[in-house]
Amino acid sequence: MSEPVLQIRKLRVDYGLGDEAVHAVRDVDLTLHRGEVLGLAGESGSGKSTLAYGLTRLLPPPGVISGGQVIYHPLDGPPVDVLALTPARLRQFRWAETSIVFQGAMNSLNPVHRISTQLLDVIKAHEPRSTATGRRARARELLRLVGITADRLDSYPHQLSGGMRQRVMIAMALALEPQVVIMDEPTTALDVVMQRQILGQLAELRQRLGFAVLFITHDLSLLVEFSDRIAIMYGGRIVEEAPAAELYRRALHPYTGGLLHSFPALRGPRRELAGIPGSPPDLRAMPSGCAFHPRCPKAFGPCDKDLPPLGPPGADHPGRAVACWLHPAAEPVPR
Amino acid sequence: MRFLLQRIAFYLFTAWAAITLNFFIPRMIPGDPVQSLISRNQGRISADAIQSLRVLFGLDKNQSLWTQYVDYWKQLFHGDLGLSFTFFPTPVSTVIGDSLPWTVGLVGITTVVSFFLGTALGVGAGWRRGSWIDALLPATTFLSSIPYFWLGLVAIALFAGPGSVFPSSGGYEPGLVPAFDQYFIPSAIQHSILPAATILVSSMSGWLLSMRNMMVTVASEDYITVAHAKGLSERRVALSYAARNALLPNVSGFALSLGFIVGGTLLVEIVFSYPGLGFQLFQAVGAKDYPLLQGIFLIITISVLVANLLADVAYLLLDPRTRKSG
Repeated sequence: MSEPVLQIRKLRVDYGLGDEAVHAVRDVDLTLHRGEVLGLAGESGSGKSTLAYGLTRLLPPPGVISGGQVIYHPLDGPPVDVLALTPARLRQFRWAETSIVFQGAMNSLNPVHRISTQLLDVIKAHEPRSTATGRRARARELLRLVGITADRLDSYPHQLSGGMRQRVMIAMALALEPQVVIMDEPTTALDVVMQRQILGQLAELRQRLGFAVLFITHDLSLLVEFSDRIAIMYGGRIVEEAPAAELYRRALHPYTGGLLHSFPALRGPRRELAGIPGSPPDLRAMPSGCAFHPRCPKAFGPCDKDLPPLGPPGADHPGRAVACWLHPAAEPVPR
Repeated sequence: MRFLLQRIAFYLFTAWAAITLNFFIPRMIPGDPVQSLISRNQGRISADAIQSLRVLFGLDKNQSLWTQYVDYWKQLFHGDLGLSFTFFPTPVSTVIGDSLPWTVGLVGITTVVSFFLGTALGVGAGWRRGSWIDALLPATTFLSSIPYFWLGLVAIALFAGPGSVFPSSGGYEPGLVPAFDQYFIPSAIQHSILPAATILVSSMSGWLLSMRNMMVTVASEDYITVAHAKGLSERRVALSYAARNALLPNVSGFALSLGFIVGGTLLVEIVFSYPGLGFQLFQAVGAKDYPLLQGIFLIITISVLVANLLADVAYLLLDPRTRKSG
């Protein structure tokens, strides 16, 4: 596996302060490697978007980062802790190193400015020495990259379709050739044809430009196809992490299994679709032990008492990690 | 462009309707100005003189309404608004011409200043919620809900009076001749401070409040988060992204308020006996001075319509979404 580009260590994000605080992200450890697509999946309210906002320090109040580290490894130079950057350094870091494509394709563009203005201002802010003609040529090139003709450069957002707007956002995200692109449900608001088209384009661009992607979605089927590795989030914690193909072939955590059984496979034998009974946990009153145990069909002795740590499940599952008492960490799985 | 022409056509129609109403309303109100002029002169006017007054005032009942209406339009196009009853025989256009500069000077300047100050403060208050400007909000809410004239009365009670530098009424020192010289201008400024401050305090609060609330609403839009994520400077996010969008409702409000400059803040002018158009209107009502009333209404109507047109144009310029097909 290649070297890490973004390491999240023990990240905690709360909403509110003091005893009233809701812990939305709890001690999350996650590593994004150079050039890979890491999928982050989970139900609504599992904390996946909060994680993305937290690690880029874009959390709107009352969101607070209450602990942890986010270490970014630039191509050249020493690693930096994103959470400790000064406001001025943070501004330089943003978009140049990590850019984000947001969920709301419809509202991500400023309605009163032309596409060109919004593409150019980010280049100008980060590369003040670039010339106006150089910037414009770059903007043209970026639009071509995502399959939009250059004459759309002077359009206003309302003159573009939803799919085009999202592609403009992707072009904008690539404007400064960042090492990391975070995608927060980038295709949720689009129809499936557009979704496929955009994802295909994205995979191609990643091959060409070599950026790493943190892809957040609730659509696990999408990730199985599109990502290299998948992390599953539940109740603010990562409960399973594995290479995409292996996760699909054999899920270790019962929650992952439940997610995988909630969408149909296009190929292979017919199988019964099953949902996960119950509803996501209330973050204000989390169950004791494993947060999933009230909904888990395989819950047993320790599940409602002790929190299972996230760790490697054993020698026959290399490169995987799971937080489940069915697969206790650092213990060989009995054969 | 086509949109603009449509708007202009619409406003021309509205102007026609307003002017026609302006013609009919005084003719339907009971009471005869000539009668009141006669009774004011207590029988010292002969019957011949009365008849000639009626003809002069255009109150000749022998003419058909249609002829009067056609004559009215003819006069309008010649800039002839008739003769004022109260200032007989001064033409209405002269009376209006004398009082218009006072109103435009006082209300015009305060409207523009209060809009820019209030909006700028509103941007600051909305962007940095919880800062000291935000702490002013309860006070500004209170001030913006107080009627101008009441604030004016309070200002007179507190600041004007014997020995005070602030005069309580008038537009300049009695005895001075209006001219641009070193005696008249300081006096005019001195007389305008209290009414101007009254209007400024009250209307600025309104602009501040609406701009602040729009800023708060816009600040939670997705494109603001994107702008932050893009690493743009705080200033650019606040002005070019947040304020630029939050400004839209305020701008149309401002263009509309420009129309009401001419109507004056009637009550403020009355409270301060300020020689503007509003005060003139008040006196004209009391004196049943129909030609003057009609003239003032006409000026107000036209300025409101022009302001509406300005608001449309401003919106076209500021919001690309209102421009139909490029």
